[in-house]
Amino acid sequence: MLGFGADRLRADMNRLLALLFHQGILDEQFLQLQQLEDESSPNFVSEVVNIYFQESERLLKNLRALLIERELTDYKKMGNHLNQLMGSSSSIGANRVRNVCIAFRANSEQNNRAGCLGTLEVLEHEYCYLKSKLHELFQIEQQRVLGAGVRYPMHQN
Amino acid sequence: MGSSVAAMGMVSDSKFHVLAVDDSVIDRKLIERLLKTSSFQVTTVDSGSKALEFLGYDPGNNSIPYVSPNHHHHHHHHHHHHHHHLQEVDVNLVITDYCMPGMTGYDLLKKIKGSKALRNIPVVIMSSENVPARINRCLEEGAEEFFLKPVRLSDVNRLKPHMLKTKLKCGKPERTEEDEPDSGSQSQAPEQQHHEQQEQLQSQQVPTPLQDQDQDQLPSVPVLPTPQQEQEQLQLLPPTPPQQSNNNNNNKRKAMEDGLSPDRTRRRYNGITTMV
Repeated sequence: MLGFGADRLRADMNRLLALLFHQGILDEQFLQLQQLEDESSPNFVSEVVNIYFQESERLLKNLRALLIERELTDYKKMGNHLNQLMGSSSSIGANRVRNVCIAFRANSEQNNRAGCLGTLEVLEHEYCYLKSKLHELFQIEQQRVLGAGVRYPMHQN
Repeated sequence: MGSSVAAMGMVSDSKFHVLAVDDSVIDRKLIERLLKTSSFQVTTVDSGSKALEFLGYDPGNNSIPYVSPNHHHHHHHHHHHHHHHLQEVDVNLVITDYCMPGMTGYDLLKKIKGSKALRNIPVVIMSSENVPARINRCLEEGAEEFFLKPVRLSDVNRLKPHMLKTKLKCGKPERTEEDEPDSGSQSQAPEQQHHEQQEQLQSQQVPTPLQDQDQDQLPSVPVLPTPQQEQEQLQLLPPTPPQQSNNNNNNKRKAMEDGLSPDRTRRRYNGITTMV
């Protein structure tokens, strides 16, 4: 019974991963992260991703604050934030978020405020979606790990 | 999250010590993991100035005489990776991000190569942007390699030869005692080899495994882009299916898995256009 559950969880995880790859939410770099996880660093992926969440939310907040500033929109600062977000997204394999950053940066370089606002909406949406999917992934993984550690009494039937 | 074991001076005999410099928390964590997975001792810092501090860089004292191996600190370990013992710790390689606030990776590279005490330490540059002029500049300034981010394990696998090379160099007499960091005379020979290699590679678009060659010459060679590769550099709008954007990477990485030379630095030259 225990083995069956673990297999199903692994299948769920693989299915979710395949979907995320297919949609371009994640790219190969995420697999690289997973490959770096081992007994000496068993929580590497979730640690990195959690840092990513913290950093991204801070940057998104800053971006929104910069854009609300109508009079003196600091596009240079915006560009810096975007470069940071782009870099970290690329580092964890957050493919779509990174691509939206690229489009956002193009708008910012043209000082196109309306365009920036539009891309910020898209960016926030993409980020939220990514975060929820990664949480889902970690939940499945957690269940799998917990399941592996639990010894169920044998049922005679 | 302590990775500054080396700061105590207690460096393990068998491990190479790499100093990683990056202002991004995530990238520091990544590079640390990559390096540790490859059995390197790792110290990470978040700026060029901290890197120089860690290396024991002394800007005012650039004319120190050659120090013989017999005069070294009591807490240095037995392997002689350098002959210059003004450093606080023994570092076998510095890997640094290019774009950092304050001191860029390029600035750091120049300072290291301009310092008698530190110039033999191999330096590798990482960047998230593929700018051939930038890559050339770094290589000419003495960088051993230029990695595009995100850095992979296959990139890190290229580091050891550079560290071994330096270890072997220690037995040889010091080069000319000029202070100038600019590599006027330094890169003359490699530049000729550059052109020769360029001619060779233009006839064969697919990079060949040149692992042995890489160790002796500058690893990166300008290669004209093929139309296909230019297209791959130009994707701008989301979403792109993962296969398309990483097609180039996948082919190269397959080649790497088969034990052939990864050649990632050569690939850097293929994109004249950059993503904007």
